[in-house]
Amino acid sequence: MSFKNKLHEIKEQYKGKKMAPAFNAIHTFLYMPNETTHSGGHVRAVDDLKRTMNTVITALIPVLIFGMFNAGYQHYAAVDAANGTPRTLDILGNFLTFDNFWMGALTILPLVIVSYGVGLAIEFLFAVIKGHEVEEGYLVTGMLVPLIVPVDTPLWMLAVAVAFGVVIGKEVFGGTGMNILNPALTIRAFLFFAYPTWMSGDKVWVHKAVEYAGTPDAISGETILGYLAQGRGAEYSYSLSDMFFGFIPGSVGETSTFLILLGGLFLIFTKIASWRIMLSAVLGALTMGLIFNGVVDAGWITESSKFYGLMSFAFWQHLIVGGLAFGIVYMATDPVTGSQTNKGKWYYGFFIGFISVMIRVFNPAYPEGVFLAILLMNVFAPTIDHYVVKGNIKKRLKRAKTSNASNLNVETA
Amino acid sequence: MGILSKKDAALISDPLLDNNPITIQVLGICSALAITAELKASIVMAVSVLFVMGLGNVVISLMRNIIPSKIRIIVQLVVVATLVIVVDQVLKAFAYELSKTLSVFVGLIITNCIIMGRFEAFALANGPKRSFLDGIGNAAGYGFILVVIGFFRELLGSGTLLGYKVLGDPIEKTGLYAIGYENNGFMLLSPMALIVVGIIIWVQRSKNPALIEEN
Repeated sequence: MSFKNKLHEIKEQYKGKKMAPAFNAIHTFLYMPNETTHSGGHVRAVDDLKRTMNTVITALIPVLIFGMFNAGYQHYAAVDAANGTPRTLDILGNFLTFDNFWMGALTILPLVIVSYGVGLAIEFLFAVIKGHEVEEGYLVTGMLVPLIVPVDTPLWMLAVAVAFGVVIGKEVFGGTGMNILNPALTIRAFLFFAYPTWMSGDKVWVHKAVEYAGTPDAISGETILGYLAQGRGAEYSYSLSDMFFGFIPGSVGETSTFLILLGGLFLIFTKIASWRIMLSAVLGALTMGLIFNGVVDAGWITESSKFYGLMSFAFWQHLIVGGLAFGIVYMATDPVTGSQTNKGKWYYGFFIGFISVMIRVFNPAYPEGVFLAILLMNVFAPTIDHYVVKGNIKKRLKRAKTSNASNLNVETA
Repeated sequence: MGILSKKDAALISDPLLDNNPITIQVLGICSALAITAELKASIVMAVSVLFVMGLGNVVISLMRNIIPSKIRIIVQLVVVATLVIVVDQVLKAFAYELSKTLSVFVGLIITNCIIMGRFEAFALANGPKRSFLDGIGNAAGYGFILVVIGFFRELLGSGTLLGYKVLGDPIEKTGLYAIGYENNGFMLLSPMALIVVGIIIWVQRSKNPALIEEN
């Protein structure tokens, strides 16, 4: 008997038992179940929830692997900088090296494991208690979480945040598909508000910087947005291509706009993510950036203002630093928490980009606002949809009325 | 219970759990979110409300037959305002630092919906003894939740209880802090207080499914 049949037999044997959902989850993860629906009209398609989730994870893999190389590279670069011999980037020479990858893998894989371990354990627990099947919703969240946190986030903090995010962000609303807020961003927001010292500053973005702090080996790595927010925009030496390809400090997966762009195109091509949201979010960010640039050009904001650094930052460069690109491609397009109507998606995306850059500039504590902007628009997404649908009904009613009226006119004439 | 009939005892025990003003009636949420970052402030707030409500209910109950119903809200406000000012002055005189922490929220006891609600719903229609029991029952139910929220928020947010460093010293790195534990700053923010209230409601209703509203 094949392994598949054996699993199927066990499943039949324990049908209705308490632990059945947990077993079924593993079963359907490995194999397609034997039973299919026989009657009724059904669309036969292969893109079930599991396939959808796996497609997104595929789109995330390059970002994750790049993140590992970059984590190692930023560490060694910071050590060199502290020793007074700043590195110049050489992709094959000192970026794609085994040392970098190994150091990155050793720090980032534990984040991935904790994120999946804690999150899936809670999903299984809730499925067993409530007696429903385990849903695949956490597969993507579990991969997103390690990519949007600083590399040295303590594992217990991550575990607490994941538990909070999955329970309060998702399970209390009824599980996958019922949540109002994006669970991965809920986890990120929890970490940000609960442990701000681990989420911002110039120590958390480089591996071991916290550990070395105060010793002769002290190293640091400020993000570009961090430099700008402190009005030290002239001090960083990253070129535009560094920003675009991602050889800069930042959260694990957010740095490489290039790979995120590829992932985004892949998601658009596979029709998993909405291009409307991505495009409108980019437009929103550019609009806000242009407004800020305009304010600076008009001379309303001078160099003495604490907002000058970020406001004078070229509007389009906002797209290639910080988490904006990652947020737009992987988080804003979450089909559960985003707007559902096509017209609504334009508004939803536009405001995400617009508000992201706004928060980025005005937030005194932390020069990044993508996660806050997306969470805010998550809350407003149903309202946007409501008005889009209502507007549509109104338009159709009007059309029906006028066409009826003209028909009547024809008849009476 | 010896001195209280079963019906009277229910006046105190009901609001503690199954008809709790905060978790079941969802009243008095503002103050439950605003002043519960420290356990001490929660306790003082609970005691203040206990005093105002117990006494206020008796006063309203005694006057219930002579209050013209057209101006009863104004009369209730005068009674509750008088009592709140007494509490405020006592706090300022004997616990000045604490009254600073509680700031406007002592004054805002006047607007606490639970108090006006009990005046309207109970004291205007019942005798002084039963009104008194109802008053302290509801205030105790309110205070109980306040203390629970304050306990978790202060313990997880500051690592202290009533100001004592029960989890060790975060700066000296003793106790739990020696192994890398850190205080949860989110606990000190009001949104987390709301989530804590939500969790209490969740726990309470899953223990007693009869409390779950039909919809």
